[in-house]
Amino acid sequence: MDLNFTPQEETFREEVQHFLAERLPPRTADKVRTNKRLTRDDLVEWHAILNERGWLAGHWPVEHGGPGWSVAERYIFDYETARAHAPRIIAFGVNMLGPVLIKYGSEAQQKYYLPRILDGSDWWCQGYSEPGAGSDLASLRMSAVRDGDHYVLNGQKTWTTLGHYANRIFCLVRTDPAAAKKQQGISFILVDMNSPGIEIRPIITLDGEHEVNEVFFTDVRVPVENRVGEENHGWTYAKYLLTYERTNIAGIGGSVAALDWLRRIANQQMQDGRPLARDPYFAARMARVEIDLENMKTTNLRVLAAASHGGAPEAESSMLKIRGTEIRQELTSLTRRALGPYAQPFVPEALDADYNGEPIGPDYAAPVAAEYFNNRKLSIFGGSNEIQRSIIAKTMLGL
Amino acid sequence: MDFDLTDDRRMLADTLGRYLGDRYGFSERTRIAGSEEGFSRTSWQDLAGLGVIGALFGEAAGGYGGAGFDLHTVFEQLGRSLVVEPFLGTLLAGKVLEAAGGQQALLDEVIAGTRLVTAALYEAEGRYDPLHVGTRATAREGGYVLTGGKAVVPQLAAADVILLSAKLEDGLALFLLPRSAPGVTIREYGFVEGGRGGELLLQDVVLDADARIGAGHSAQELIEHAVAAGIVALASEAVGIMEFARDATLDYLRTRTQFGVPIGKFQALQHRMATVLLEIEQARSATINAAASLGGDRLSRERAVSAAKFTIGRVGTLVAEEAIQMHGGIGMTWELPLPHYAKRLTMIDHQLGDEDYHLVRYIRLGEAAGAEAA
Ligand SMILES: Cc1cc2nc3c(=O)[nH]c(=O)nc-3n(C[C@H](O)[C@H](O)[C@H](O)COP(=O)(O)OP(=O)(O)OC[C@H]3O[C@@H](n4cnc5c(N)ncnc54)[C@H](O)[C@@H]3O)c2cc1C
Repeated sequence: MDLNFTPQEETFREEVQHFLAERLPPRTADKVRTNKRLTRDDLVEWHAILNERGWLAGHWPVEHGGPGWSVAERYIFDYETARAHAPRIIAFGVNMLGPVLIKYGSEAQQKYYLPRILDGSDWWCQGYSEPGAGSDLASLRMSAVRDGDHYVLNGQKTWTTLGHYANRIFCLVRTDPAAAKKQQGISFILVDMNSPGIEIRPIITLDGEHEVNEVFFTDVRVPVENRVGEENHGWTYAKYLLTYERTNIAGIGGSVAALDWLRRIANQQMQDGRPLARDPYFAARMARVEIDLENMKTTNLRVLAAASHGGAPEAESSMLKIRGTEIRQELTSLTRRALGPYAQPFVPEALDADYNGEPIGPDYAAPVAAEYFNNRKLSIFGGSNEIQRSIIAKTMLGL
Repeated sequence: MDFDLTDDRRMLADTLGRYLGDRYGFSERTRIAGSEEGFSRTSWQDLAGLGVIGALFGEAAGGYGGAGFDLHTVFEQLGRSLVVEPFLGTLLAGKVLEAAGGQQALLDEVIAGTRLVTAALYEAEGRYDPLHVGTRATAREGGYVLTGGKAVVPQLAAADVILLSAKLEDGLALFLLPRSAPGVTIREYGFVEGGRGGELLLQDVVLDADARIGAGHSAQELIEHAVAAGIVALASEAVGIMEFARDATLDYLRTRTQFGVPIGKFQALQHRMATVLLEIEQARSATINAAASLGGDRLSRERAVSAAKFTIGRVGTLVAEEAIQMHGGIGMTWELPLPHYAKRLTMIDHQLGDEDYHLVRYIRLGEAAGAEAA
């Protein structure tokens, strides 16, 4: 048993820290730290900086432009970037579609799309969920009917995160409505968002923000060569994609940063003539989540170690997802509590980094309540926490 | 023992419920909550006409009720329809005016809906403690000079008159401040759940001697008494909101189908929903305890209202989070009423003291009660 990273891994950590100190734009880090709105340009810029260093696609093998990291190095990279308040890498191209194309895509698809993901030519979004197909994803209905060397797509996708920034969408579509099992008639298809017949409409979330969308497809023609893998085998690829992104599912680095932020606020808020952080009741709340986070770090590393020894951590990644999101939600909940009465005032303009109005109450207050409400999504998407518990019950407990 | 409402209160609940159902539906509520003033002067007039403002005050003060269960009846209905009208400020300020006496003309106008009052009792440094007052009042010939500030005052900009606390040389005092007095600065803003509030800044504001109210009473007692009423009101509003959230979620569990069955068939959700139901009943009981305590002695009243506010804070967060979670993605959307109820429910914990504040207060009051008994 040795909880330490190897000297080489520690050298790598220093290298990452050094890079972040030099290249992470302070303005962007500041926005992340204080929960201000990030623009599309901020995200594109950060991707480009990482790509220049060869660190954008941590999961990809070297021959496709990945850095060839070990599991531990990937963990260190994710952890350090999050702690430094770097924006999260937008997963849809780099961490979702990329690995699928590398494993199942044709050579032509790999040659064309992978470099475009790296250099930012394409912004992908994920067309899985439909109004009737959420947790029960396999019941999806969007149809793709063969017409010569095209598919004709009809139907609707929903909850499409940052679809309004994207120029491409990967979709699960039904190519065989008569298949014996609903998982069997599904194909995985790449669609240009500029195709005629696509309409995108914003969904405004409870915090008043625009981050998700509905996407409607009416007789959208897509070349057959845009199908990934075999027809009617899309479910295999879809599942591969869903379970691929494991190292960062617990979001440890982000939670460590959120805890630092909470601590700062709790040290400044006064209750009963002393900082809230020294109020025994609030201190206990903070300590509980801190302990949980420390435990989670080790749980996460244990899962990663098993993975690097060839273990198959599908159900373990469910543990990481559940507890990782619960910790993050608790942290934003405590930050909201810490604000006291100043959680209530809401000035949406103050979420823009160039807002220069005088803050209402403390200068860190503006985004806190909205962030708390927004983070309710963490236990809903990426496979809801109920679905993750069912996976654990089934695969780890055999129930 | 009788847990039924009196006929008068049932009539009040019916009248108010019917009015809100007809005239304050969700889309109208959304429009009002986001409007420039953050409430509707037309609705306020209507509600005054229906006797709803009067129901908050006793007959001696020109009202038609004023007891804990009158507040309970009114605010539960307000919660069900997620009303953003300036009831809280009216109640807090009005309760002080009622108990202090000598302000009948103003109270009559408040009850008639023709003048708007609010209460500025909390300060940034004091957080949830209304007795932590840094604003200073200095006696001067023929009046007072006030300097200081008040935090997150509900419906501040719309109020004609602001009731506020300040420290005089010999202790806490209460004043009535015309909003337009020289030296008064107001920074107003929207609330995250709709409606509006503001920050109040006072720089050498000169007030006449008769601006001070309740000089014959303990200002601390007047404040505590009004805040107790405010907590009964917020707890009742929360109960109304929670019952809406429960019904909406139950309805969703029955109608949303995944894996070929309504999601309410999944035992994982059934048990969670059962807990939600149970906890809401506990919260209602806590609210009833607090409403009943308003007429009683100070220590039992203060313990009951802290118990209620603690319970509402704890259960409110649970119900808001569970209701969103069991709705899945749709529970995250602006378009659906439910998340707006969840937001207001969460924010009730940020008014008049949160869960933790009232838990500690409950413990301290218990120690005081023990000492009294010993
Ligand atoms: C902010 C946000 C961003 C998203 N981004 C994307 C995106 O980019 N692309 C995309 O394709 N999708 C996206 N999603 C969709 C997300 O994956 C779905 O919301 C999720 O799969 C849940 O589906 P649903 O919302 O239809 O809820 P439902 O499946 O209807 O679930 C409702 C409730 O029932 C529970 N439930 C369902 N089945 C069971 C069961 N068998 N046992 C116990 N409980 C159960 C759920 O856990 C949930 O609590 C996003 C969602 C959100 C909120």
